[in-house]
Amino acid sequence: GSLSVNCWAVNYPPPNSSPGRKRRLLRLYYSSGPEPPPQQQEPEPCDINGAHFDPEIYLNKLRKECSLAELMDQESCMVKQIRSLDSDMQTLVYENYNKFISATDTIRKMKNDFKKMEDEMDCLSTNMSAITEFSARISGTLQDQHTQITKLSGVHTLLRKLQFLFELPARLNKCLELQAYAQAVSSHRRARCVLQQYSHMPSFRGIQDDCHAIMERLAHQLRQKFRDGGTSAKELSECVELLLQLEEPAEELCDKFLSHAQTRLEEDLRSLEAELKDSTVTNVSGDSARNPSSPSETLMSIHLISPASRADILEFIDRGCNEFVSNLCLVIASYQELFINRPQEGNLAFKNIPQMANSKLHLFVDSLASKYFSLVERRIQEEKGVGDNSLLVRALDRFHRRLQAVSKLLPGSAVPSQGTEIVIQAARERIKQYLSALQSFYLESLTDIRQALAAPRLSVGGTNTAGGGVHTGACTPGKEAPPSLPELLSSLSNSILNQIKSVLASVHLFTTKDITFSNKPYFRGEFCSHGVREGLVVSFIKFICQSSRNFCESAGDRGGSTPPVLLLLLSRLCLDYETSTISYILTLTDEQFLVMHQSPVTAVTALCEEAREAAQKLLNHYVKVQGLIISQMLRKSVETRDWVNTIEPRNVRAVMKRVVEDTTSIDVQVGLLYEEGVRKAHSSDSSKRTFSVYSSSRQQIRYAPSYTPSAPMDTNLLSNIHKLFSERIDIFSPVEFNKVSVLTGIIKISLKTFLECVRLRTFGRYGLQQIQVDCHYLQMYLWRFVSDENLVHFLLDEIVGSAAHRCLDPSPMEQSVIEVICERG
Amino acid sequence: MEDDAPVIYGLEFQARALTAQTAETDAIRFLVGTQSLKFDNQIHIIDFDDENNIINKNVLLHHAGEIWHISASPADKGVLTTCYNKTSESRVLTCAAVWRMPLEWESGSHESPDDSSNSPQTLELLCHLDNTAHGNTACVLWEPMGDGKRVISLADSHVVLWDLQESSTKATISSSATLEGKGQLKFTSGKWSPHHNCTQLATANDTAIRGWDLRSMSQIFCIENAHGQLVRDLDFNPNKQYYLASCGDDCKVKFWDVRHINEPVKTLEEHSHWVWSVKYNHSHDQLLLTASSDSRVILSNMVSISSEPFGHLVDDDDLSDNEETHHEEKSKEPLQDSIISTYEEHEDSVYAVEWSSADPWLFASLSYDGRLVINRVPRALKYRILL
Repeated sequence: GSLSVNCWAVNYPPPNSSPGRKRRLLRLYYSSGPEPPPQQQEPEPCDINGAHFDPEIYLNKLRKECSLAELMDQESCMVKQIRSLDSDMQTLVYENYNKFISATDTIRKMKNDFKKMEDEMDCLSTNMSAITEFSARISGTLQDQHTQITKLSGVHTLLRKLQFLFELPARLNKCLELQAYAQAVSSHRRARCVLQQYSHMPSFRGIQDDCHAIMERLAHQLRQKFRDGGTSAKELSECVELLLQLEEPAEELCDKFLSHAQTRLEEDLRSLEAELKDSTVTNVSGDSARNPSSPSETLMSIHLISPASRADILEFIDRGCNEFVSNLCLVIASYQELFINRPQEGNLAFKNIPQMANSKLHLFVDSLASKYFSLVERRIQEEKGVGDNSLLVRALDRFHRRLQAVSKLLPGSAVPSQGTEIVIQAARERIKQYLSALQSFYLESLTDIRQALAAPRLSVGGTNTAGGGVHTGACTPGKEAPPSLPELLSSLSNSILNQIKSVLASVHLFTTKDITFSNKPYFRGEFCSHGVREGLVVSFIKFICQSSRNFCESAGDRGGSTPPVLLLLLSRLCLDYETSTISYILTLTDEQFLVMHQSPVTAVTALCEEAREAAQKLLNHYVKVQGLIISQMLRKSVETRDWVNTIEPRNVRAVMKRVVEDTTSIDVQVGLLYEEGVRKAHSSDSSKRTFSVYSSSRQQIRYAPSYTPSAPMDTNLLSNIHKLFSERIDIFSPVEFNKVSVLTGIIKISLKTFLECVRLRTFGRYGLQQIQVDCHYLQMYLWRFVSDENLVHFLLDEIVGSAAHRCLDPSPMEQSVIEVICERG
Repeated sequence: MEDDAPVIYGLEFQARALTAQTAETDAIRFLVGTQSLKFDNQIHIIDFDDENNIINKNVLLHHAGEIWHISASPADKGVLTTCYNKTSESRVLTCAAVWRMPLEWESGSHESPDDSSNSPQTLELLCHLDNTAHGNTACVLWEPMGDGKRVISLADSHVVLWDLQESSTKATISSSATLEGKGQLKFTSGKWSPHHNCTQLATANDTAIRGWDLRSMSQIFCIENAHGQLVRDLDFNPNKQYYLASCGDDCKVKFWDVRHINEPVKTLEEHSHWVWSVKYNHSHDQLLLTASSDSRVILSNMVSISSEPFGHLVDDDDLSDNEETHHEEKSKEPLQDSIISTYEEHEDSVYAVEWSSADPWLFASLSYDGRLVINRVPRALKYRILL
């Protein structure tokens, strides 16, 4: 019966054993928490295949729901189903029966086989126990011999070690003889520990001592070799390595190495310094030889004088580079090879060597480099001649370039930057030197011009003709024809410009492409804008303006040593600078140096303004000085004469001729440098204008006894005066940059002085007449120089009027007589 | 506040000589001396009525000759000196004399101001400062703040100190000194220092300024080349004893500390022609007048070298604490030297300028064409100085 149930179960799985249900059951089994019972667990009493089938309910349900026909159908269907189920069951039972029978057969056969196997197993176990027994017996017999062998082999190795130890001194000696230092060291190293450990035993101690002695010698030899230094780098490094292995303190080795190198390098430095000292000595002698030479020597010749015996700066730097710097690089390289870049060996003691060695190296290099730099700086400072800059630049370039090698070898070093600093400093110095050279050049040129002006002046004095015609000015014929003013001006201007250009060209060398330091930020920016543009060019222009202004101030009160012509010349120079030269020079500079104006620089307009101001000041001063010279003559002539008791005038006084002559020569002088300028239209007959002593109506009013007490002023008189003084005349007033304005200024000053002096004197009849003659003469010649001849008329009128007024016996001379006298000359 | 317009008065003759009536401290009064070779010269007494802005004038005749310099006694309103040209036998000599003004001029003239036919009164001669031994007299100086008994005359190269006796009717030389040197040396002007008990004198000749000690009649300092050309005038700072101002033909005004004569303390260059006269204000020495032949008068405020460089110092007693601190703050502002005003009322060279002795804010200037102009210090400045 159980089997059939099984079979049923195989073929008919329980109707509601869906996978979901299985999982549910599993979950129910494993989960600890209470699980809400599934909803569809509701028993299905009407499901005919279900487990909870209740035939009663099913039947009732059918009966209730179905009609009779349906019930009939249901019944027949059910009968059919039952029938088929019955047949199926029969087939299954049959099949399963067969299988069951064959299984029973198999089980019987297995029972027999097992019995046989059990016997064999028993036999095997007895055999095994016999073998075990034998094996135990054998090992028991061999035990003794084995322990003996082990012991013997231990003794053997110990003995070999001992032998090595005993032989060690001899071996070391031999190595020493053969100079196989490396082997000796490695041997010694191997034995060192043991010897150290057993040093309490006398025999071992002996060996240890021997070894020590030998190693000492060895170390000594090594040190000797190290000290000699002549050995090759490889040997040297080997040497150092061995010494290090011998626990020679690395620091000491570094120090020794460096100090050894230092002595050699310092020798280089000493030889450099010797050269420096030599050169200073020769330089001094050169200076003393130079001093007596003429002051007019040019910049170039200053350089040429530098003694040939002395090495120039390029040679000096070359030598420094080739000897000192290259040796320094060698030392650095080998030092790094030895102490810093060595392959690290496991020894802990070496761990901090690179850092230590590196810091030592830096100190060493820094100290030597600073000595070297100070020498170089001294040498650069000696470089005072400003003629040829290329040598210095090349020297600096080489200096800078060679230091790059150091920077490559020693990345963190401050040496290259210090070197750059020196180069920058030298460049700055250079600019200053050029500025002062330009300044002294300018002052020398001025001295030359002074001399050139002084020479023709003397000859001019002699060739003056009394006629007061066209003055020959600076172009005196004969002799060696000294240069005229325009020539002097242009030569001065050109030579200054050329000098500036050549200086710019020299300075430009600092920034050429193939110079290593030219691409440093300093040389790209600050050098160009601050150094060259501001420090050199602008400063020089300002110097010119400043020194020009100084001429006006120093010469102002105390008579003045500056010749007026020089003032005139400089004024024109400054004016030319204002109009063109400054912008030309600055444009040139900006172009050449590609000045990038990061910081504010002096504007061209500001400089031009300064130049114009200087020009104006110089010209004003020129007018003042010339005016005063003429004034002085007039003043003396009026003050020293007894005008009451003078004789009847027959001639124009000589001083008036002199005034006209001087004015003419000034006119020529100014005309050489300045344009004519505008003047008001002349009347047709300017020179023939007549003077009447009482021409102006105000005099008549004055002399009329119109006594009006407390009345503020006669209106007629007031209007008259207003007419006369329609424009107030400023005597010492700024002039314009043209000839007419300059001459007007000078004549104004002179005539006003004349007027004031006349007013302080008392005249007799002939005194007045003399003044009339003099004024007519002045009128004849002076009107042509001024912008407005009415000015001359007015001032001369005033003079004659004042003289008449101050005359005890005013009886004026006939106009025709005056004209005759004046024309007679 | 509008400044009062200048008051102009015209003389009929040319004139160079101007002085304030030094002894008069109530009325604003100036004396002007004329220059005429043909007519009788006059001394115009100019009274200025400040309230009505009116000028009253009186004329006294000065028969002796044309007046080159005039100077009023500091003690007696009626006494003055003139330097005048005397022409005799075609020889011109500049003499000096002490005069007294007639007492009646005041009452008489006011009644008939327009009466031109009324013959003017004449100056009464007290005494001559006889200079035949010394030459032409350039100027006469009264002892400052003195009793009107001592005068100095500068004649050619001589300094002569006179004692006036018997109500100034007799003048005797008490001492004299002579300028030694090459060439013809001539004094152009001088000033009696009000400091050091009136024992010092400064003179100008050519380009040099010299100081004299009147007790020993010896030179105590000499500023050579004080000006590029002639020194025309000089004046002592009334409040700072070592400071003096000078002017000359280089158009400059220079200020000197006579203890350090190598360099001027300060230089002004505002005029465009010779400067003929320089005058410190008697009370406020920062105010300085200069007159020039460019026909301008310039009033400058030279605070930095005055005795009140930080403004007017008020007595502490007068101030409450608050005011005091406020004043201190104000006084710390550095005051700038400046040109206050340029007066252009003249048409001809201005040879003389004078502060009024009665009103420190008022001054007169005289140009060669006979025009006298009375001006005042601008009110704004006046109040700034006073407050």
